[in-house]
Amino acid sequence: MTGLSAGDLERLKTIAARIRRKSLVLIFNRGSGHPGGSLSCADILAVLYGGYMYVDPARPDMRGRDHFVLCKGHASMALYAALSEAGFLPDDITSLPPDHQYLQGHPDRWKTPGVEMSTGSLGQGLSVALGMALAARLDGCGGRVFALLGDGELDEGQVWEAAMAAANYRVDNLVAIVDRNGLQIMGRTGEVMETEPLSAKWSAFGWNVVEVDGNDPGAVWEALDLARSVTGRPSVLLAKTVKGKGVSFMEGRPEWHAKAISASELERALAELESREKGGGCE
Amino acid sequence: MTHELNARGPAAGSPKTATREAYGKALVELGRARPDVVVLDADLSKSTMTARFAREFPDRFYNVGIAEQNLMGTAAGLALGGLTPFASTFAVFAAGRAYDQVRQSIAYPGLNVKICATHAGITVGADGATHQAIEDIALMRVLPNMTVIVPADDVETEQAVKTAASHEGPVYIRLGRHPVPRVTPEGYEFEVGKATVLRQGDDVALVACGIGVSIALSAAEMLAARGIRAAVLNVSTIKPLDARTIVSAAERCGRVVTIEEHSTIGGLGGAVCELLSERRPVAVRRVGVPDVFGQSGPPDELLRFYGLTPENVVSAVEEMEGR
Repeated sequence: MTGLSAGDLERLKTIAARIRRKSLVLIFNRGSGHPGGSLSCADILAVLYGGYMYVDPARPDMRGRDHFVLCKGHASMALYAALSEAGFLPDDITSLPPDHQYLQGHPDRWKTPGVEMSTGSLGQGLSVALGMALAARLDGCGGRVFALLGDGELDEGQVWEAAMAAANYRVDNLVAIVDRNGLQIMGRTGEVMETEPLSAKWSAFGWNVVEVDGNDPGAVWEALDLARSVTGRPSVLLAKTVKGKGVSFMEGRPEWHAKAISASELERALAELESREKGGGCE
Repeated sequence: MTHELNARGPAAGSPKTATREAYGKALVELGRARPDVVVLDADLSKSTMTARFAREFPDRFYNVGIAEQNLMGTAAGLALGGLTPFASTFAVFAAGRAYDQVRQSIAYPGLNVKICATHAGITVGADGATHQAIEDIALMRVLPNMTVIVPADDVETEQAVKTAASHEGPVYIRLGRHPVPRVTPEGYEFEVGKATVLRQGDDVALVACGIGVSIALSAAEMLAARGIRAAVLNVSTIKPLDARTIVSAAERCGRVVTIEEHSTIGGLGGAVCELLSERRPVAVRRVGVPDVFGQSGPPDELLRFYGLTPENVVSAVEEMEGR
């Protein structure tokens, strides 16, 4: 059982639903984007930006704050939606013109308030997060670093260089979260490139591994707390998610990795999300 | 001009120092003066000379192992955390192996990482082509936000490294393994983006960087014996290029020879040709590694084999005679 109150949990679920809605509208407006991987990580982002991370939009450079790196930079619209929920970006972000500088295809730290690191080339974010964690440790003000990776991204060798180094340096203020939705562009992750057994791999690299339902905000919060309680080594959340989560015709379908959304599809998707938000379709 | 004092070029037998040595020394001094300076290396610190810093400041030194991609990414993260990281490995790995990390995680986000790459060029010697970066200037200078510096000797290296620490943004400093003669004049002060006229002349401008500067000075001496007055420019900042000094030398001399321990494609020669073709088209010859990979051999022999000699610079000048 999570330490969150029922009210807190409801609030996080609402934030997650709003992140999903905003992500899809942003992708529709731009005529391009990555719906599947944005929807799969919405609950994780809702937890991080809905209160778990120590950040303050009024003081974005605050010393000792927590940091976030979206290693899977293609889920940019979900990040912008989360930043809008957290107050870094306008609440009505979906009414920005689609070519607004805030809405880069992949996050750019100079163009979008709240984005700590420019990302997009897969496999590089965890190294950067490690450097940030080392800097925070030297600073001694308690800042922690959260890095969200895709599971397809784990094909990149640099991820494992960073994994090895993070354990070597015993950085316990670094948390990697793998959005384990099981799909990448060309199909199932295991069919494209077998990365399992993930838990054993991360363990063997010296990480504290926490397996969690990544589409359950309460469980994600609890897993982050578990990670925090382990000292002397970095933690990874293997967050089992559904790609396209929340929209029936996108769930589990690799073709929704990167795809424009039509007006009628958006209408159907938003109707589904709305009914789920109100408790209609929740498991 | 005070520069005339140095007009004779490097005296034979004068003490030589590898720029990597000067880097290692400067880094320790920086470490003492600047608590924000941290150093990363990919298991080559005895060669890159970061080992001295590591001994004195173990808490601010990271040997990330033989993992250059992670080296660059971790340096980027440390810069995000407000520190001033110096990341070192051989030039062939810094610019080549980790190119995308430098591009995506350092140059594009404009992070304050100083990449100090040693063992550049063919004077690596015995290790051969796989360890001889002949294309790193080209790779680094096409990156937006990147400053590219190629110091000519130990004095300039020390100053460039210290200047880089106070210069906001990504910097690539190209250093060598092989000892080089001192060519900077007394009282020299390095400035990012400023080329130095080491010798005045009106007949041909020898535009050089790194080890090419001492070759140019020797060539100028040989040319003088033939009645040709050569100007010698030390262009230690390849980017941003000192357009004013180079264009003005081209205007005065009407002929330019570039000299660098790098491919004749895309390095200093390429940069000078880009500049002059737009601003002051004059005849240019590029002395450098002629679009081939290196090989194993004693450094001085390799320099001769690839034409990086004063004699070859003189030939290049003579080739342009009568134009």
